Amino acid sequence: MGINYLYPDFEVVRNQDRCISCRVCERQCANEVHSFDEATGRMKADESKCVNCHRCVSLCPTRALKIVKTDHTFKENANWKGEVIQDIYRQAESGGVLLASMGTPKDYPVYWDKMLVNASQVTNPSIDPLREPMETRTYLGQKESVIKRDANGKIITKTAPQLKLEIPIMFSAMSYGSISYNAHKSLALAAQELGIYYNTGEGGLHEDFYQYGKNTIVQVASGRFGVHPGYLNAGAAIEIKMGQGAKPGIGGHLPGSKIGEDISKTRMIPLHSDAISPAPHHDIYSIEDLRQLVFALKEATAYTKPIIVKVAAVHNISAIASGIARSGADIIAIDGFRGGTGAAPARTRDNVGIPIELALASVDERLRQEGIRGNVSLVVGGSIRSSSDVLKAIALGADAVYVATSALIALGCHLCRTCHSGKCNWGIATQNPELVKRLNPEVGSERLVNLITAWNHELKEMMGGMGINSIEALRGNRLMLRGIGLHETELNILGIKHAGA
Amino acid sequence: MKHIDVGMMQYRQLNEQIRESKAKQFILSSVTGQRYIGCAQKDKTITINGTPGNGLGSYLDGATLIVNGNAQDATGDTMNEGAIIVHGSCGDGTGYAMRGGKLYIRDSAGYRCGIHMKAFEERQPLLIIGDRAGSFLGEYQAGGTIIVLGMNQEGKAPVGYFCGTGMHGGTIYLRCDTLPQGLPPQVAVHDADEDDKALLFELLDEYCALFKLDKAQLLASHFYVLSANSTTPYRMMYTHV
Repeated sequence: MGINYLYPDFEVVRNQDRCISCRVCERQCANEVHSFDEATGRMKADESKCVNCHRCVSLCPTRALKIVKTDHTFKENANWKGEVIQDIYRQAESGGVLLASMGTPKDYPVYWDKMLVNASQVTNPSIDPLREPMETRTYLGQKESVIKRDANGKIITKTAPQLKLEIPIMFSAMSYGSISYNAHKSLALAAQELGIYYNTGEGGLHEDFYQYGKNTIVQVASGRFGVHPGYLNAGAAIEIKMGQGAKPGIGGHLPGSKIGEDISKTRMIPLHSDAISPAPHHDIYSIEDLRQLVFALKEATAYTKPIIVKVAAVHNISAIASGIARSGADIIAIDGFRGGTGAAPARTRDNVGIPIELALASVDERLRQEGIRGNVSLVVGGSIRSSSDVLKAIALGADAVYVATSALIALGCHLCRTCHSGKCNWGIATQNPELVKRLNPEVGSERLVNLITAWNHELKEMMGGMGINSIEALRGNRLMLRGIGLHETELNILGIKHAGA
Repeated sequence: MKHIDVGMMQYRQLNEQIRESKAKQFILSSVTGQRYIGCAQKDKTITINGTPGNGLGSYLDGATLIVNGNAQDATGDTMNEGAIIVHGSCGDGTGYAMRGGKLYIRDSAGYRCGIHMKAFEERQPLLIIGDRAGSFLGEYQAGGTIIVLGMNQEGKAPVGYFCGTGMHGGTIYLRCDTLPQGLPPQVAVHDADEDDKALLFELLDEYCALFKLDKAQLLASHFYVLSANSTTPYRMMYTHV
């Protein structure tokens, strides 16, 4: 066993009275936790392989299984916690960078939960969304700040290209490679039905999905995987990925082991070769350089598509956003540090960047102060968990939000945070065909449609409650928010008053 | 054949004319730094007299661009197919992430040429630089071929620092007698043998004809062949939590 022995995090508890040895758990677990013991005629488990994804628990026909946290412990220590000690063991053994998945599990403040929403009482009427029209449609893109007229005095109605969203929610970038074909198809089908958009991520667009182009945002990252004129023109908008909330300053790296035939074809790179997209675009070292890429993409698509620039929320995000708003980009997407990832160095994920709530408030305020808020639309992501998060984001100044983790959870993700292993038992973060087929895209898209439709109802209810009947009237309406348990600096950055004030 | 006297015309106007014209052959004169000429074009031939601006032939998709003069930064950025021929020198980031087609530069090129160059099936990009390339040539190269001929280098390495950093595919041929300094560990080097020269003989065919070079004489010189040690350089870097 040695000094590096790591006691398993979980225990697989099997109620032997209920277990009928049907071996479903064994067949369902790609981590090979369960096995049948011929000698005793009973099922047994190797809990050291368990990632607590609940696949076996969910499919056990007799509810004989549950997974519990082990009570095995190191000597109590508030500073040197068990996980800290275990990480040191891991690195002392391997010399490797700690790799993790999904958003940070650390206990950082979630400002959405420290803001309360207003409602109408007596002096202004609330609106019943079941009875009265409630507008959640919104448009993303550059807005004219002045009305222009032609020689005959007629208003010129031609605008910069816009994205039309029936609901101010989009599915954020997840590449084909990091998630499965069926996960992508679920997102595409749902985006089409909802009148919103999903995002290819930086892994190119599978040929089967060109048909969903009207509801697709195609991404261009430093590695330029699968980027060619057909791809750029296939989508409704193009997103330049400069950064990702879960790993600001860090690039993407899909290991060669995950580059199978289909992924290789979509990314247009050789089979089993690493797909490396370093953090910097080596042709972008300034806002002027960014402008060059923005306009190269506009030229390649004859100025018909809005260009999104996606950045991670970092310390001086408002100055960066101000630069982007002057680069010719149509939309800025900001990804907060609690955002998810298919794989990121754990230390970066858990320590780099800032919360999206603070980034959003500060960017919106800065762009307004500089009189350039209309140059761009703002889309924010990085752990939007519910319709109330959406509502608060819009009230803080966002035009729309990006969701990814919520969408994956709707598809069956149980947040076991082992996407990087490629053995996702729910068929989402895997390329193993046997696992991928567990996710039925028709069922998946229906669940996504249900989720976003439900959120939209809730959004309308809350908007109606405050007497607001359109997204336009909610956007940047910080009077609708109050802080709870926040100190003055936080309130100042958020631009809101404390509850009761 | 369409002739456009470019002068001080805005690039957007120029490129729109080219995009929307039914003509297949264009001659542009007095080009003064207009950006993105030929961007994403498929089946046109554009002759450029003067100095095109940045992003010449970005996302090129089959068209041929001939520059009688020097080109600037980001020439052939992410080009997919086609040819760019520069009768002069090129700036930084030449052939960034090019995946197909040919990029022939008569003289020298700047920093980070051929960075992220890729290859896929029949798409095998070829970048040939006549004289010298700056630092970071072929950084993160994942496929395709880069040749630097060092025409005026008298056997010295015709590249700057950090050649092939992060390389994990493709090939770089350098015509020189001394190796560039400080090649990274991802890069394997060998002296060009007969098989390599036979391959070079084919690869240089069009280039030598275009710029009237004596191919046999070129191939009589010494070449180094740089390739990647591993297609998965970062495999052992991680430990899972």
